[in-house]
Amino acid sequence: MISIRDLSVAYQGNLGETLALDKINIDIATGDIYTFIGPSGCGKSTLLYVLSGIISDYNGNVTVNGRSVDPRTQRIGLILQNYGLLPWKTVYQNTMLGQRIKHDRSGLDDYSRYILNELGIEDLLQRYPRELSGGQQQRVAIARAFIMKPDLLLMDEPFSALDAITREEMQALFLDIWQQHSVTTIFITHSVDEALYLGRKIVVLSDAPGRILEVVDNPCFQLDNLRFRDEYYAMSVRLRNILNKG
Amino acid sequence: MITVQPNKKWQGALYSAAVVLLVWWLLAWLVQLPIIPSPVAVFNNIIEVFMSRMEIHVWYSLVRISAGILISLLIGVPLGFLMGYFDRIDRMLSPLVYFTYPVPKLALLPVVMLIFGLGETSKLIMIVLIIIFQIIISARDAVKGIPQEIYRSLQSLGATRIQMLREIIIPASASEVLTATRLALGTAISILFFTETFGTEYGMGYFIMDSWMRVNYLDMYAGIVVLSFMGFCLFTIIDLIESRISYWR
Repeated sequence: MISIRDLSVAYQGNLGETLALDKINIDIATGDIYTFIGPSGCGKSTLLYVLSGIISDYNGNVTVNGRSVDPRTQRIGLILQNYGLLPWKTVYQNTMLGQRIKHDRSGLDDYSRYILNELGIEDLLQRYPRELSGGQQQRVAIARAFIMKPDLLLMDEPFSALDAITREEMQALFLDIWQQHSVTTIFITHSVDEALYLGRKIVVLSDAPGRILEVVDNPCFQLDNLRFRDEYYAMSVRLRNILNKG
Repeated sequence: MITVQPNKKWQGALYSAAVVLLVWWLLAWLVQLPIIPSPVAVFNNIIEVFMSRMEIHVWYSLVRISAGILISLLIGVPLGFLMGYFDRIDRMLSPLVYFTYPVPKLALLPVVMLIFGLGETSKLIMIVLIIIFQIIISARDAVKGIPQEIYRSLQSLGATRIQMLREIIIPASASEVLTATRLALGTAISILFFTETFGTEYGMGYFIMDSWMRVNYLDMYAGIVVLSFMGFCLFTIIDLIESRISYWR
């Protein structure tokens, strides 16, 4: 379980301190998936950086399974908008990076082969990132995160740089793999559609400094043909209303 | 960046050699003076004297220049990495580097020789003093140029500083550092030549100046050609290593 208590983060800028996140309180159950939606600059990425241990200078209390965040002892899968692949490593080396850093036995086992196969990148292993399309690079980033069997999966607008068709494909593929493994996931997005499609619960954040406006149960989660249903329409109107009021 | 195909590179080298030799030969034919011998005579002379008199000088020069470059890399690269990665170290050292970089270090030769004597140490110190700055600055800038996002995935994996160095900093900056080394090589050979005209009886610099003093123009030209060829070989070696490690670009 992820437990966030009174989390506030301030940035030291040129004009003094700017508050990025203001008293965030939320609990996320193990194996659940939450989407966080909010306007640009509302501190969504800051929240992920706190949870992944990149920002350690914050006020409040953040624990993952009862322990404070420490990327050295916890397994944190971070998937970024720009894919976060190392351009000098092949697809294979990139997908095995987590194991390499964590000193796991490296090499392809059945599980990692399964993930690579599932993501359709098993034939690209010897390529370099520059030889891949955006969608393929994002598949590599997802493979890397799942192969290390993370305790926690953090996704920062991972599909927003993809074209609309590839994006919907990737959302479906991601959801499929996620359902098989049920990793605790925080998914950050600025798209109402994506929030509805991928979040069991949707956390709506305010304009800067980021505060939680509302945590919404999402009845649309895992419905078939979601985008053609009335529930989908009703929920997107509701989300947009909360966002507009915020 | 301009990329040249490997076999195009060889064609280019052959073409340039042909042009240089042709101009030289034309010049020799026009002037008809012993001070510009024909390339044919010079190359015949190289074949004649290389094994008997020149080889030892080539080795001395080769060892000096390789050691100079190696020492510069061994000191300059870690220093540049530290300056690039830690802002505090950069703020401390950058002013010193910028302040001393434009000082003509060749003018320090007398001082270096007074302190370290006429031997090998002075020669190495001169080469290192002059090329290390280019290497420090390029290593620092290469590390500073790595986008912060590149570090994020490794940070979230809990990577140690050593792992960051191995997985990110070295591969990301290797090619820039080698480019700087390749550019510094030209300077290094000039310094080598200069320092070899003092306090030694070995090295291509000595060989060329000695032949000149003895008015043996054929030997002098042979020395110039061999020294240039040595430079070309070193340049090519660094170039090959560079293209080998930047396959991913």
